[in-house]
Amino acid sequence: MRIERRFRPMRLLHGLVRPIDPILFGLLLALLGYAFVLMQSASPERLPSLATNTAVALTVMWLAARLSPQRLLSMAFPLYAGGVLLLGAVALFGVSSKGAQRWLDLGVTRIQPSEIMKIAMPLMLAWYFQQREGLIGLREFIGAGLLLAVPVALIVTQPDLGTSLLVAAAGLYVIFFAGLSWKLIVPVVVGGVLAIGAIVGFGDHLCQPEVDWYGLREYQKHRVCTLLDPSQDPLGKGFHIIQSTIAIGSGGVFGKGWMDGTQTHLAFIPERHTDFIFSVLAEEFGLLGTLLLLATYLLLILRGLTITAYAPTLATRLLAGAITMIFFTYAFVNMGMVSGILPVVGVPLPFISYGGTALVTLCLGVGILMSIQRSRVIGKRGAR
Amino acid sequence: MTEFRTPEQALAGLRRRVLVAGIYVMLCFAVLAARFVYLQVVKYDYFHTRAEDNRIALLPVVPNRGTIVDRNGVVLARNYAAYTLEITPSQVPDLEGTIEALGQIVAIDARDVRRFRKLLEESKRFESVPIRTRLTDEEVARFVARRYLFPGVEVQARLFRDYPQGAVGAHLIGYIGRINERDQQRIEDQGDTANYRGSDYIGRTGLELSYEADLHGTTGVEQVEVNAGGRAVRLMARTPATAGGDLELTLDIELQKVAEAAFGERRGALVAIDPRTGGVLALASLPTFDPNQFVDGISSADWKALNDSPDLPLVNRAIYSTYPPGSTFKPFMALAGLAGGKRTTGQSMPDPGFFNFAGHRFMDDKVGGHGMVDLHKSIVVSCNTYYYQLANDLGIDGIANFMRPLGFGARTGIDIPGEAEGVLPSPEWKRARFRKREQQRWYGGETISVGIGQGYNAYTPLQLANALAAVVNDGKMYRPHLVRHVVGAGSGERRAVEPEPMRELAIEREHLTAVRQALVDVTRSGTGARAFAGAPYSAGGKTGTAQVYSLRGSKYVAGRVAERLRDHSWFIAYAPADDPTIALAVLVENGGFGAQSAAPIARQVIDYHLLGNRLAEPAREDAEGVDDQ
Repeated sequence: MRIERRFRPMRLLHGLVRPIDPILFGLLLALLGYAFVLMQSASPERLPSLATNTAVALTVMWLAARLSPQRLLSMAFPLYAGGVLLLGAVALFGVSSKGAQRWLDLGVTRIQPSEIMKIAMPLMLAWYFQQREGLIGLREFIGAGLLLAVPVALIVTQPDLGTSLLVAAAGLYVIFFAGLSWKLIVPVVVGGVLAIGAIVGFGDHLCQPEVDWYGLREYQKHRVCTLLDPSQDPLGKGFHIIQSTIAIGSGGVFGKGWMDGTQTHLAFIPERHTDFIFSVLAEEFGLLGTLLLLATYLLLILRGLTITAYAPTLATRLLAGAITMIFFTYAFVNMGMVSGILPVVGVPLPFISYGGTALVTLCLGVGILMSIQRSRVIGKRGAR
Repeated sequence: MTEFRTPEQALAGLRRRVLVAGIYVMLCFAVLAARFVYLQVVKYDYFHTRAEDNRIALLPVVPNRGTIVDRNGVVLARNYAAYTLEITPSQVPDLEGTIEALGQIVAIDARDVRRFRKLLEESKRFESVPIRTRLTDEEVARFVARRYLFPGVEVQARLFRDYPQGAVGAHLIGYIGRINERDQQRIEDQGDTANYRGSDYIGRTGLELSYEADLHGTTGVEQVEVNAGGRAVRLMARTPATAGGDLELTLDIELQKVAEAAFGERRGALVAIDPRTGGVLALASLPTFDPNQFVDGISSADWKALNDSPDLPLVNRAIYSTYPPGSTFKPFMALAGLAGGKRTTGQSMPDPGFFNFAGHRFMDDKVGGHGMVDLHKSIVVSCNTYYYQLANDLGIDGIANFMRPLGFGARTGIDIPGEAEGVLPSPEWKRARFRKREQQRWYGGETISVGIGQGYNAYTPLQLANALAAVVNDGKMYRPHLVRHVVGAGSGERRAVEPEPMRELAIEREHLTAVRQALVDVTRSGTGARAFAGAPYSAGGKTGTAQVYSLRGSKYVAGRVAERLRDHSWFIAYAPADDPTIALAVLVENGGFGAQSAAPIARQVIDYHLLGNRLAEPAREDAEGVDDQ
């Protein structure tokens, strides 16, 4: 004990490093490294604020990693409730930008409450199922469904299709890992596939201007229709998809070289520092770059799934699984939309697209994974 | 409904689901990877080309139009740089508001707005369209200070065409105009679309039109990298434009000024040719107009004024209007008589003052006649009876066949557009000209009128000048032309245009000499003597009067006929008599007798050409000129 009171630099460092999972952290640093390299090319003037965002996000990650999963789960309900209240506030007093009301102006900064829900939602549901462990039945799944539906509905009406999709996905992943019967999952998945197939098959008819898509905004209909046939509107809504696929395709195997992407530097790529930053990567680093990024995400996700499989409690398993699958959803939807196989729904490329709130949320997720991983190690030690 | 019963079963179930999730993730990523391979490997060539097309734009570099200078290097057409205010409609949301706001800063009048709207209709939305041209420095400064208020509005430095001589020689120099849809069609038909990319102007009339290919030059190309907004960001390669060639004329603009001034307010035309080369020294058509008002698109009021004027200022009378040559035809008739063996120089005939043919009496203008008349005297005193008789002897075919090689009734091929053919009357011409049977028949009496240059005869002043030039150049006829050299802009290479022989007339030297002697005596003692009194050189000439109003039987009294119905006054002349350097034809519309108004103009022009004397006033009408037809 005497020894511990002494100033021991190695021990302090250990205290700093201990919460951090080296594999997750290594993969995270790789992704953040891509972000800096790509930002230098896409929008160098944003590098300083990217550095600030990264520092804040890593701090949040570290703080989350230091906390035990139990402490995190104890915050689930207040976070969720607060999130729903803020979403309600946005609907009432929010700030509009680009036709959507998503921000809440706090005077100092603007926050996007829907981002909070990306973490609060799986946290809440994991906590909820934990409370009902051993009793989980249809009633619990219906309860979870209601908990999920309220904030998603609030986000959809902002309207923000991308975020509501991610929040809904986060909740659904928890429900999936909680053991919702395949008898319910399979019909929904099959139905969804059929619906998408129908949209693709009858796109020409559905995209006629007079056809009203019940429940979807005009711009969302446009996005889907544009995906089906970008050439219909090459200078308008199809421009994003056409130009980003040109950027990706013209990168070839080895890419045009860092800072040499013509599509990027001549401003043909819209939103090149945010949602479409992947096309900068694909153009400048080619197939090698895109596959490397894909591999990095895959490793990150596999690490997350491993943590899920070995997590000590039901709640931590559900939480880890949902967070991991959120990373996947981000990555898949973004790369899918930029490469033209999914509609443009406004989902950023995780850890790489510019945007402080999303980065902090994602790193918070990584921190939670680290916390769960550490609790498993501690659990093992305790068992020993 | 509960899937997992015991904690162990629950954990195993969850792990199965984690495995399913992992497989799902890998499947989805495999789809993405396949998509990337498809885009970046399979379709690489396609997208590579698309990206290159995206970023590279070819911008035309418009060549500077060639200048036009006269034989002494005096500038007749040139370019100058000026600022224009241009609007790119696609970048301006509220066009009306923008124009109104611009009007507060620079003067924009209704005409500017009208022209802008017209150009707007003809241009594409992303092309800039001028709203005001020739901004003053002050206006440029005022706009630039407020530029930020006007996105899509820019000041551009452009080259404008300027005709520093103003109205002098306007018909021959011509003018350029903005390329309109019709021009565009013509350019496409000629396969010149690429070379006119970026060009705003094209030659419309005169030399500007006929030498368009030389003056325009070759459009260069700039290969630039453009961004998504279409703005050039980097020059990658450049093929410079080759400026248009400069035209060096045979024309002496000072002589042209003297000629135009000599006409005063009168209408008419003058063509002066260097007989040794066919080079045109002066080609005047009065009244004239200022070509500068056409460059930017003429206002409809100005256009109406020019187009509706009874004086027809836009018509190039020197090459387009045709007139009966009157007595200026007689020297050529004399040559025809000699060549056809119908007359000799020594042969005389009595002139009773009239010639009877088929019951009709053709009158001489001198009552009682000129007495005994030989070929020399017939020209000097302009005896009609001699030529009534000669025409009858030659017959219409004999006349036409002799006159045709002299260029009468055919385009000379001068290097400006809009030349008229004129009419060399013949039975064939009449058959082709008229539709009714009785009108198609040639009557012998018509031949008699043709013999003194009246009747169906109709020639341009250019044809007459060129025929005279050939006669005084020993029968060698050159193609009349205005351009001596085309000077390549970059190379300085001079492409010669003159001389271009047309034909050698088969006329014997003695015949030419006999007629020329008579023409010289016209200015010494004959109908042109008063006009050429005191000239320190010897010149040859011939007066003529073209009938406008057919006076049946009654005596022509100038004062009693409305001005527009007065006869046209002709004079053809050359000098110096022995070795002519100038041959000219002057026509004064409704000028009365040839000696009265046309001859003094010819005198002034020759005086300037040979002596450099300059009278800065219109030639006086010689009211006591010899009565002559």
